[in-house]
Amino acid sequence: MKKIEAVIRHYKLEDVKKALTDAGIVGMTVGEVRGFGRQRGHKEQYRGAEYTVDFMPKLKLEVVVDDPQLEVAITAITSSAQTGNVGDGKIFVTSLEDVIRIRTGETGVEAI
Amino acid sequence: MIYRLSIALILSFNLLSFVSASAMADDVPMSGEAAEEVAADEGLDSGNIAWMLTSSALVLMMTAPGLALFYGGLVRKKNILGVMMQCIFLMGLMTVVWALWGYSLAFGGDSPFVGNFDHLLLKGVIPDGQLAESEWVNSCIFCVFQGMFFIITPALICGAFAERMKFSTMCVFMVLWGTFVYCPIAHWVWADAGWLCEWNEEALYPAFDFAGGTVVHISSGVSALICALLIGKRLGFGQEPMPPHNLTYTCIGAALLWVGWFGFNAGSALGANAFAVNAFVATHFAAAAGVLAWSIAEWIALGRPSILGACSGAVAGLVCITPAAGAVNPIQGILLGFVAGLVCYLACTKMKNAFGYDDSLDAFGVHGVGGTIGALLVGIFATGDVTGGRVGLIEGNAAQMVNQVVSIGASAILAVIGSVILLKVLDVTMGLRVSQEDEIRGLDLSQHSEEGYIFL
Repeated sequence: MKKIEAVIRHYKLEDVKKALTDAGIVGMTVGEVRGFGRQRGHKEQYRGAEYTVDFMPKLKLEVVVDDPQLEVAITAITSSAQTGNVGDGKIFVTSLEDVIRIRTGETGVEAI
Repeated sequence: MIYRLSIALILSFNLLSFVSASAMADDVPMSGEAAEEVAADEGLDSGNIAWMLTSSALVLMMTAPGLALFYGGLVRKKNILGVMMQCIFLMGLMTVVWALWGYSLAFGGDSPFVGNFDHLLLKGVIPDGQLAESEWVNSCIFCVFQGMFFIITPALICGAFAERMKFSTMCVFMVLWGTFVYCPIAHWVWADAGWLCEWNEEALYPAFDFAGGTVVHISSGVSALICALLIGKRLGFGQEPMPPHNLTYTCIGAALLWVGWFGFNAGSALGANAFAVNAFVATHFAAAAGVLAWSIAEWIALGRPSILGACSGAVAGLVCITPAAGAVNPIQGILLGFVAGLVCYLACTKMKNAFGYDDSLDAFGVHGVGGTIGALLVGIFATGDVTGGRVGLIEGNAAQMVNQVVSIGASAILAVIGSVILLKVLDVTMGLRVSQEDEIRGLDLSQHSEEGYIFL
């Protein structure tokens, strides 16, 4: 099993969700995050005081898949979240030891 | 000023009784004097009372939620309750001070310079069996309306020392400041015998101040600057970002201030009359022009107009028209608002940066500067068409500018001296600032053991 963490642009959420569900992914978790990579921050001005904002607001999407689904899921995310400009985000993939469904106690792939 | 109120409250009735008396006795028209006596005996005008009660409520609304949201949105989120508490607590504290001795000190007695203690505990102001209804109603309405000004004026100062002042010291400072700075200035400018009072025929320097350019805005703005200088900058000022944490609040607050200001200015006509109508419209127009001016300035200087700029411009326009609302017409109000928007923009951006003081929420830049501009401009533009009497420079009364400058100078000097003394004494006795650790944790937690934003 793999856990995919994808940092994406806010306005791409609906596209990414549709691409993942179309690819047969059945669940996901999303949260508001802030961060920066190569994308530069922006400047804000308040009554003459200028601040550089490095941490850009992004969404982080978490999806857990069985190994054979990994490529499909990653393709779905990259194709739907891509604009070609800096700031499109990143995808992190890690191996996952176990998943437990709280309601039934099922474990492993069954619980995804 | 209260004398004007008495006239306003009985005026309409006066007119009515005169008409009906004349109608009943066609061939013996009643003289003006006789009609006045009838009116004084008969009582009060419900329209004026209704407007004054409404205005009083509107002015209260300016402090909280108006100013509380306006200022609250501008601080960092760890300090929002600190700001809100200052506003709401001052509603309580200053009101009680006003009732116990503040009103008497501001409006009691015949001295041109200080009030007296004739009205301690509102003696002669509230129903007591000895007073005719019309007497105590007049005084009581005036007292509660003026009491709302006694709340918002110190609350305005809070913008200068936001995010770092010790709450307990602030409370003591405001009681003393209200007593020794606000009450005397209010007496000079608005008490019937005051030496700066526009309506006092024996005043030394009768200056236009319809609704508080000197009493409210210069006094609070100048004191705010002193606070910013003596209390010092926030930790990390100039090094770390301190952007407003919620401009949505600030925008709502500014809109509430705008609406509340109709009570502040049009209510200062002390009746539902022609002065009130002119003041209402001039106030609205000045705020509108202020929005445009500040926004245009930003548009040119920075390439885009900001919400904070538009809100600040509205307040700057409102501050500027405050002393002038009873002396200029609405079109002149547009001019005043526009000038204030531009000048306050420069004061809050260029001037503050040049001098490097941390007037955190621009209490001086908007209220001190805007109030001064308004007090000067009303001396230039005051028109007999609105005042029905005294005029300004353009209509040939150049001497009025002297009166305006004296009133500005006197208010500013008392505000400086009073604030410096109070702050120096409190610094030694109680301490002005919270500890570094408390400042880093934020006032919400360190002063009130609460958090503004709790999730789960």
